[in-house]
Amino acid sequence: MLTISTGNNAVAAAVRRVKPAVVAAYPITPQTEIVEQIANYVADGSLDTRYIPVESEHSAMAACIGASITGSRTFTATSSHGLLYMNEMVNWAAGARLPIVMANVNRALGPGWNVWAEHTDSLQARDTGWLQIYVSTVQEAYDAVVMAFRIAEDRRVYLPVMVNLDGFTLSHITQQLYVSDIDGFIPPMELDHRISPDDPHGYGCMTGPQDYFRIRYDIERSMRESYAVIQETEKAFADRFSRSYGFTDEYRCEDADVLVITLGTLGKEAEVAVDMLRDEGIAAGSMRIRWFRPFPPLDTRDRELVVIDRDYSFGCGGILADAIRAQTKRDCFSVIAGIGGQEVTYRDIAGFVRDRRIGEEYWFGVDA
Amino acid sequence: MSGLQETEYILKCTSACAGCSTSLILRHVLAAAGPDTVLVIPACCTSVIQGVYPKTSFRIPVYNVAFAASAAVASGMSAAFEAMGKKTNVIAYAGDGGTVDIGIQALSGALERETNFLYICYDNEAYGNTGMQRSGSTPLGARTTTTPEGKGHKKKDLDRIVAAHSIPYMATACSAYPKDLAGKVEKALATKGPAFIHVLAPCPPGWRYPAEKTIEMGKLAVKTGVWALYERMYETVVISGPTKAAMIKPTPIEEYIKPQGRFKGITPETITTIRLDSERMLRRLAAEEEGSC
Repeated sequence: MLTISTGNNAVAAAVRRVKPAVVAAYPITPQTEIVEQIANYVADGSLDTRYIPVESEHSAMAACIGASITGSRTFTATSSHGLLYMNEMVNWAAGARLPIVMANVNRALGPGWNVWAEHTDSLQARDTGWLQIYVSTVQEAYDAVVMAFRIAEDRRVYLPVMVNLDGFTLSHITQQLYVSDIDGFIPPMELDHRISPDDPHGYGCMTGPQDYFRIRYDIERSMRESYAVIQETEKAFADRFSRSYGFTDEYRCEDADVLVITLGTLGKEAEVAVDMLRDEGIAAGSMRIRWFRPFPPLDTRDRELVVIDRDYSFGCGGILADAIRAQTKRDCFSVIAGIGGQEVTYRDIAGFVRDRRIGEEYWFGVDA
Repeated sequence: MSGLQETEYILKCTSACAGCSTSLILRHVLAAAGPDTVLVIPACCTSVIQGVYPKTSFRIPVYNVAFAASAAVASGMSAAFEAMGKKTNVIAYAGDGGTVDIGIQALSGALERETNFLYICYDNEAYGNTGMQRSGSTPLGARTTTTPEGKGHKKKDLDRIVAAHSIPYMATACSAYPKDLAGKVEKALATKGPAFIHVLAPCPPGWRYPAEKTIEMGKLAVKTGVWALYERMYETVVISGPTKAAMIKPTPIEEYIKPQGRFKGITPETITTIRLDSERMLRRLAAEEEGSC
């Protein structure tokens, strides 16, 4: 069925189809529409879930952890300060190997108060053991939430998945959305280590260095296995729903001399910039990173790289640029742009490519 | 009335300190709760008592959670079991630091949302497993490693905070009165909705008295009126027998304070303040029981 929807409502619509047993969430701008819409679904009977209106994000993730360990499908959504406030439990969820799915609406961090898009919130959580995907359209937000449950609940993974969408530039914009019957796409959740009085165990108790080290390595092993699970899931999704995705979303990259590398909605803007540059005779391509964890293998060959970061690690640089340099062993032109909702148009992106200075960092609108 | 210790859910030779009333309380709680029970514990003495991975000294499932998170994790667990149609008891078992300090927000939220669970705070009046630092529950005048001259602030009144949530069942108890405790646990678990029990847990190394006096110390807390035993069903208060007796003929408060090394150097004025506060608490409870409050 073809509808129109905001990014937030697409996430809620996907959750309605996936039918989690428990949703625990706390409202925060610009995520509020997601939790409001889920509350509406529960109220009108179209979603049979236990909705726990918790008193904080720390408790939102804690309640999801408590529900998930019983073997129940669990969802929450947050943004920015909410993600930071729950960070302790975000780490706990991955360490406890719980397939929780969370939508994070990317937003800047105070002070000063700023509700607009930025990726520093979720990129601070990159080392937690969560899988992370960044989406760029309303349809992709819907599809990513559906696939996230199947990937997280696969016993080769048993790790939580964070679906990231840009605040306002995706959460609040309206695009077309195909919603369809997903019955059978996600197998019933089976958590091998679910808690049960019939088979009592201690969970998360004090653990010595040797065992702890092995348990942490197990997380990384599952993270590596998740590559295959992601590929299988995206293939199965494409076969059934005719929409295909990959670790990256590449546009006119095959014969490109220079690649624009982005996360989130900037990637769609970059595609327009690429068309413009091609008309000028510059062989540009756009490579939008979808999965940030696990970080994908990239085929950049000998092309020049322009990396746009809507985030920053103070004292180091753009977080995406840092990851790209580490992965490709090549330097790039690192553009810092769009932080705190700064407007970045396709014309600006075309300018970054034209004026690229490989090896340098450029703060858009601040640096000369 | 529960038969005490009909079944043991804590195995022998745990790493609890000699004279530990926390493990004693938990034995009674679990015996009263039975096998269809899941325990949620934050960082606290009980996370040490349960043992080191891959072993556990408990015969029921135990879910360890971050310090502030017990009530919220229990909320999620309770909701999930309800959705499955399971009647499993979800019991959060947390120390005073994890309850009156870092965990109070999650506790308040879970009570307000009428979570169907039992929250037990075992109160040894300090951060025990980190070596006895002061908590909001440490009494006035008590020395801890962070109040070397004696605490200058009063013990936080957790029970009135919980009572303000107007829940169907809450009670206080003490490790020295196991039958009273077990009966309250049974009532709490029979309650639909949130139940809360605050148990005084005398601690030999923390309070600095000989391990063999742990029961005596609990009895003295009640007999002197420093600790009151009662139940509250919404606004209805029922004072328990031992505290009724203490209200008629209290033991002098010095008999409770003097044997404890943590009160070394306490001034007569501070003792008077503690006594007057205890008397005020008992008067208030008596007035509430009579319904005049």
